[in-house]
Amino acid sequence: MRKSPSAFNMVAVALGLAFLYLPIAILIIYSFNDSRLVPVWGGLSLRWYRELLQNEALLDAAWVSLRLALVSATGAAILGTLAALALARAGRFRGRLPFSVMIYAPLVMPEVIIGLSLLLLFVVADLDRGFWTTAMAHTTLTMCFVTVIVQSRLADFDWSLEEAAMDLGATPLRTFLSITLPLISPAVIAGWLLAFTLSLDDLVIASFTTGPGATTLPIRIYSDVRLGVKPEINAICTLMIGAVAVLVIVASLLSKRYSMSQEHKGALGAPM
Amino acid sequence: MLSDNSAEAMGVECNRAAPPQAGRVLLGIENVTKRFGGLTAVDGVSLDIMQGEFLALLGPSGCGKTTLLRMLAGFEKPDEGRLLLEGRDITAGPPYRRPVNMMFQSYALFPHLTVAGNVAFGLRQEELSRRDIDARVTDILKVVRLEGLGHRRPNQLSGGQRQRVALARALVKRPKLFLLDEPLAALDKKLREETQSELRELQRRLGVTFVIVTHDQEEAMAMASRIAVMNEGRIVQVAPPAEIYEQPNSRWIAQFIGDVNLFEARVIGDASPYLVAESAVAGPLHALRPGGVSPGTDIAIAVRPEKIHISRATGKLPANAISGVVADVGYLGDFSLYKVRLDNGATVKAAVANVSRRAEPPPALGERVTLDWPAESAIVLTR
Ligand SMILES: Nc1ncnc2c1ncn2[C@@H]1O[C@H](COP(=O)(O)OP(=O)(O)OP(=O)(O)O)[C@@H](O)[C@H]1O
Ligand SMILES: [Mg+2]
Repeated sequence: MRKSPSAFNMVAVALGLAFLYLPIAILIIYSFNDSRLVPVWGGLSLRWYRELLQNEALLDAAWVSLRLALVSATGAAILGTLAALALARAGRFRGRLPFSVMIYAPLVMPEVIIGLSLLLLFVVADLDRGFWTTAMAHTTLTMCFVTVIVQSRLADFDWSLEEAAMDLGATPLRTFLSITLPLISPAVIAGWLLAFTLSLDDLVIASFTTGPGATTLPIRIYSDVRLGVKPEINAICTLMIGAVAVLVIVASLLSKRYSMSQEHKGALGAPM
Repeated sequence: MLSDNSAEAMGVECNRAAPPQAGRVLLGIENVTKRFGGLTAVDGVSLDIMQGEFLALLGPSGCGKTTLLRMLAGFEKPDEGRLLLEGRDITAGPPYRRPVNMMFQSYALFPHLTVAGNVAFGLRQEELSRRDIDARVTDILKVVRLEGLGHRRPNQLSGGQRQRVALARALVKRPKLFLLDEPLAALDKKLREETQSELRELQRRLGVTFVIVTHDQEEAMAMASRIAVMNEGRIVQVAPPAEIYEQPNSRWIAQFIGDVNLFEARVIGDASPYLVAESAVAGPLHALRPGGVSPGTDIAIAVRPEKIHISRATGKLPANAISGVVADVGYLGDFSLYKVRLDNGATVKAAVANVSRRAEPPPALGERVTLDWPAESAIVLTR
């Protein structure tokens, strides 16, 4: 019953994809450019990837970003999942609406404002800005994404599964670890991956909250580019694109596997 | 009145289930009340559940059956009253510390575990060796006829198979009390009837005390050794199925269980052992006189349709008989349901068993007939 796409649709999709991906394709292609001058094609080579290995500053920044993403994504996954569970489990308590709106607010709040307010907080609290302040900031920012993802998974969660587990003798902790968590884990992992990529590519908030010794990769790239695009930057950006693409694909596979198992359940569950 | 009913129930139950220690109270429900906001879902329920019995909680939708069951399982805390399991107070105990297991209406199978994993889940919470767990899982899967399906996921099973996994998962824990909330509601009619007898058989074999919630009276009648009828949060009668059917203790139960003709009447005389009551609809009626009914009392006389004998009018009416015209005949295969319109406009239902192809054709639509029944078949209801 699937209609074959018309020529117009094909062209429209092709143009749209080109608009999105042409710049990225150019960046990837030029990362393999042998020439020092970015706009001049000097033949294929891995020269800039080799140079990158010598560029301590860039590698340090990449290492900072990686650790930051790991720490903040893990924090966000834990806090975001707990928030989603609390919201889903508490049912309709008074003040639930404002509470859930407050969870969603950071999704639409301009990053500059979040960054600035966190900066003020850290100044008032007299915290030295650096890795940990940025990790906290990223956790704050990304946990609401995790909450949204986990909450949508919990919307159709069958709470009688938890009751069944307790009925069979499992304590609340065992119930959570062996029933609830495995069942929502695709959403938690997808949330973690999203938090990881968000943290990896954040420039605005990090530039407010980080300090000396904790320069993240986006900040390093941004400041380097202002002095002119160096080919190593193309190389490291290509590596980042690769990493992010892998994560996004894993996340979407996870959610697809989940929705497929749901469909399967529906298909077999219906004829009774 | 509850207590003498339950004493009689035990008699029946011994015949039916032959439990090892009949006559012992397993779970005492004492004056239990549960409120949700302003709504009283369970209202001062007292009931003794006997060791080894098969008790059905029967009542219309919303009468509090599930709420009562959930309190027994430990998912809801009673606002008032106590639950005593073998004399021990378990009112406040959490579900995971009660030797009580429940089968959920939705089955609540763990979708990420296999059939064997589901069944073993409860055993893993106990201090048992792997070998014991495996042995008990294998045994119970055999009991519910699911051998060889242990590696499947719940979503790869039919509805009936899932139901049996849910059964196995709870029974493998060897509970003292097994609770089933509408266990057959999701099955089709044929499978439901098969499962009814399987459940009864299983209960008899294992000797576990079953409490089943249902709003289907035929299901309750077919399975239970004792039925507790609930209405609006209260238990209104507890008795074996036959007694509930033949001796309902109120108009409401008589109408809730099975089909019935109710004649409102006033007691006018005594013809020991019968009473004579004058009904506006059916004239003077005789019925066995229960205690405490004196002339002048307003009562209802209930007569089940299958107790009524229908015959062609012969002119003279015997006692305890009424006359009318056949207004409708519903052929239901094993019997036909006649609706007879009396001269004053009231309708009386009579069921005629189609036992043989008779020489004489049965009364037809529009024919004048006489309805009569033995006075012993009439039930006197004072409430
Ligand atoms: N968690 C709850 N919060 C508020 N009200 C509830 C809750 N659980 C049950 N009730 C109410 O208590 C009453 C009894 O509900 P219950 O589920 O026990 O009925 P039931 O006899 O099992 O009915 P059914 O046959 O439809 O399942 C209903 O009016 C229901 O709306
Ligand atoms: Mg119910």
